[in-house]
Amino acid sequence: MLAFIIRRVLQSLVVLLVMSLLVFIGVYAIGNPIDVLISPDADQIERAKVIVAFGLDKPLWLQYFIFLKNAAGGDLGRSFAYSTPALTLIFERMPATLELSSAAILLSIVLGLPLGLLAGLRPNGVVGKAIMAVSILGFSLPTFWVGLMLIMVFAVQLGWLPTSGRGETQLLFGVPVSFLSWDGLRHLLMPAFNLALFNIALVIRLTRSGAQEALMQDYVKFARAKGLRNSRIIGVHVLKNILIPIVTVVALQFGSIIAFSIVTETVFAWPGMGKLIIDSIRVLDRPVIVAYLLLIVTIFILINLVVDMLYSALDPRVRLAESKG
Amino acid sequence: MDNTTTLVVNNLQTQFATRAGLVKAVDQVSFSVKRGEIMGLVGESGSGKSMTGYSIMGLVDAPGKIVGGEILLQGKNLRDLPAEAMRKIRGNRIAMIFQDPMMTLNPVLRIDTQMMEAVRAHQDVSRMVAREMSREALVRVGIASPDERLQAYPHQFSGGMRQRVAIAIALLNQPDLIICDEPTTALDVTIQGQILYEMQKLCRESGTALIWITHDLSVVAGLADTVSVMYAGRIVESGTVQQVLDHPRHPYTYGLIASAPSRNPRGQPLQQIPGMTPSLLNLPDGCAFRTRCAHATAECQQTPQLREVEQRMLRCFHPLRDSVAEVVS
Amino acid sequence: MELTPAFEVAETPWQRFARNFFGSKIATAGFVLLVLIVLAAIFAPAISPQNPYDLAKLDVMDSRLEPGQKSVDASMTYLLGTDDQGRDMLSAILYGIRISVMVGVVSTIIALSLGLTLGLLAGYADGRIEAFIMRVADIQLSFPPILIALILLALTGRGIDKIIIALVAVQWAYYARTTRSAALVERKKEYIEAATALGLSPLRIMFRHLLPNCLPPLIVVAALQVASAISLEATLSFLGLGLPITEPSLGLLIANGFQYLLSGKYWISVFPGIALLVTVVTINLVADQLRDVLNPRLQTQ
Repeated sequence: MLAFIIRRVLQSLVVLLVMSLLVFIGVYAIGNPIDVLISPDADQIERAKVIVAFGLDKPLWLQYFIFLKNAAGGDLGRSFAYSTPALTLIFERMPATLELSSAAILLSIVLGLPLGLLAGLRPNGVVGKAIMAVSILGFSLPTFWVGLMLIMVFAVQLGWLPTSGRGETQLLFGVPVSFLSWDGLRHLLMPAFNLALFNIALVIRLTRSGAQEALMQDYVKFARAKGLRNSRIIGVHVLKNILIPIVTVVALQFGSIIAFSIVTETVFAWPGMGKLIIDSIRVLDRPVIVAYLLLIVTIFILINLVVDMLYSALDPRVRLAESKG
Repeated sequence: MDNTTTLVVNNLQTQFATRAGLVKAVDQVSFSVKRGEIMGLVGESGSGKSMTGYSIMGLVDAPGKIVGGEILLQGKNLRDLPAEAMRKIRGNRIAMIFQDPMMTLNPVLRIDTQMMEAVRAHQDVSRMVAREMSREALVRVGIASPDERLQAYPHQFSGGMRQRVAIAIALLNQPDLIICDEPTTALDVTIQGQILYEMQKLCRESGTALIWITHDLSVVAGLADTVSVMYAGRIVESGTVQQVLDHPRHPYTYGLIASAPSRNPRGQPLQQIPGMTPSLLNLPDGCAFRTRCAHATAECQQTPQLREVEQRMLRCFHPLRDSVAEVVS
Repeated sequence: MELTPAFEVAETPWQRFARNFFGSKIATAGFVLLVLIVLAAIFAPAISPQNPYDLAKLDVMDSRLEPGQKSVDASMTYLLGTDDQGRDMLSAILYGIRISVMVGVVSTIIALSLGLTLGLLAGYADGRIEAFIMRVADIQLSFPPILIALILLALTGRGIDKIIIALVAVQWAYYARTTRSAALVERKKEYIEAATALGLSPLRIMFRHLLPNCLPPLIVVAALQVASAISLEATLSFLGLGLPITEPSLGLLIANGFQYLLSGKYWISVFPGIALLVTVVTINLVADQLRDVLNPRLQTQ
């Protein structure tokens, strides 16, 4: 088991390194930040000073190594626009994004699983068909549009929920969170639901097809022959079988959700990393862009690693096979 | 109702409404099984034997439906029962064992979970007691180190052991009747022999009635007390094993026995029943076997009824006589 | 005696396909709607009351009019209202559909061709070429599309060609992967051996023999991807990263109208939104049905 972990971690480090190289080249080699930072009518001396100050005169590969060295020490450069360390800037915004993303993941399971089970158990009934139709909508509708509609209906027309922003936050272990206060929850609800929509549809579909397949299996017939209650057959026998692939997919989607929060945060003016990156892209604030991308890549790799290990822990067949080989 | 008869089936009819037509999977099936008796239900694939078992259990899935007849478990008609009452009977008074134990045990649940739930669905006992009962059951079916086995998962067992677990589960609530649907077909011959022996022993000891569904006559010969032969959804002959297997009266039964390779003298061509099993959508009128029967006459275009003939039930207009049907041993 | 059933007159694959496809009422409705949308896109210049790109014709006095109101000089009625620059919403939407659909279709076709070629190459060639192509594809696939598009557009700026490139970059890897898997399976089959034995050139084998057999699942994916591409483009435009302001796609129109939502001038955002919605949903419906019909496992006939 240990060898497995070590192997995966090493693989991940290699990918991380390659990605950092690609990101760096991509961001620094294309476009010209000097033009962003300096007004067009600044003279040569001004330009030279800024260039040296930001190390933009050195050859690209040297810039990369300096970058790597600094990165290993936790310094990913200072933001061109804000003059604060890029990493600090991102970390300030991260809790907001993480909270939003976590809420979205939670919603996708809490809403998606039961609905999917219902659709799987009665695929030909009105309920089943309605759920499937809704799931198609969840897939097809562009997220930002749904967000707009939600705002229009629930905030503008009905006035039940606030239109944007994060509202009050409470401190939990020193980190500001929204879900502990009623006002915070009201602000969290729409953006989280909006972000979760695609995933809810995904979970519904997966659960439904999984449930349908599971119900055809012999072990379900045997469970009925044992005289077990339907609730137990579905809640224990069927669920445990379909849970593993669903959890895997949902966990893998976490990274995607964090990335897609860019859109939701823009629509709902949620003060997270996503909004930061959009603004940074607009002004070509490279250190921030690089820092964000690297952070996201690291998060992705971590998620993949954790999911792999979780999968082997959950599925007894995989676990035993791994320990043998 | 005398209480030595556990199960009486009268004119059971189960039908499937398919797009291609009406399939009479179980057509006027009647038999009875006494306490502690082992009945073999014999037939080829498609004869309706498995479906008879499912019908008794109430496990017929749409588009199938039981449309007629009665199933009397110790005098009570199971067809009259509402769904929840039937659920309480399943796994409790009647148990069923299926053919492929790998598929019938849930791969992601532990053995003890799957055994304990069978107990606790019907008896109000604590987990510890249920666990103890499961452990004992494993010992009874001859599984060594039962405590370890309880913690294990199905894929860690061999085929024969899994089937023993299935048998143990069936015995947990001390049912009056166990229906076994070809439980040894997927197993090695030696394992098969062991399991047959143990089933027989258990039934004699506990007075549990057994219906053993199979296509293999040799199993029935060694194991059962009575046998019913099915063809195209109908019972064609039924009686004690000595009567039916040693002195068959129905041409199909005779054909089945004669075509068993072990019965054939060496060097002689194997005997076969000519023709093929008809599709249930396309049965001939009258006797379903007449298109393959050497003794068929015009009379056979009527449907023969199941009648008592020479100490057995027989559905045939032209019962064979011993001179013809003496089986070479 | 059993009778053998008489043989029915066989129907051609196309007839069977048509029968299966149009068997679902919803899919047929979706298909009709889709055709209408595509026609609207193609004939937009002909049927729009106004050319929304012609800045000279726009009158800022007409801005933000409600649906149904007439223009200041009473020359036309704005059926769907106007936006903040006085553009007729109906025309803007028609042109917007045109651009959105065009971008979606073109990027999908290019991505499909590129991915197909690379996938076939990887599936047929083996060794280092395959490893390289697949490695790149894998890395790219592990990232969410929006991120990739984001980076590319951030670096290259706005413009139709740039967004098409971004969309292609996002999609090609999936086609490459699917094609390669199919090619790997087909490669082992005998007809490929036969073609090789005949001395046919690898290129010919790849394109004339492997390709047609790998195509069916890809068609379904491509259909779905068009909708997804349109959706992605709208999202990027909404974020201010896609098409230039002078040629607004539906996404940009929606973005422009965003700020007016709260003050009740819903039509500037909502109508383009509905147009986008209908386009994407109908494509998805049709593609779903296509998938069900072409899926060999679900074939019962």
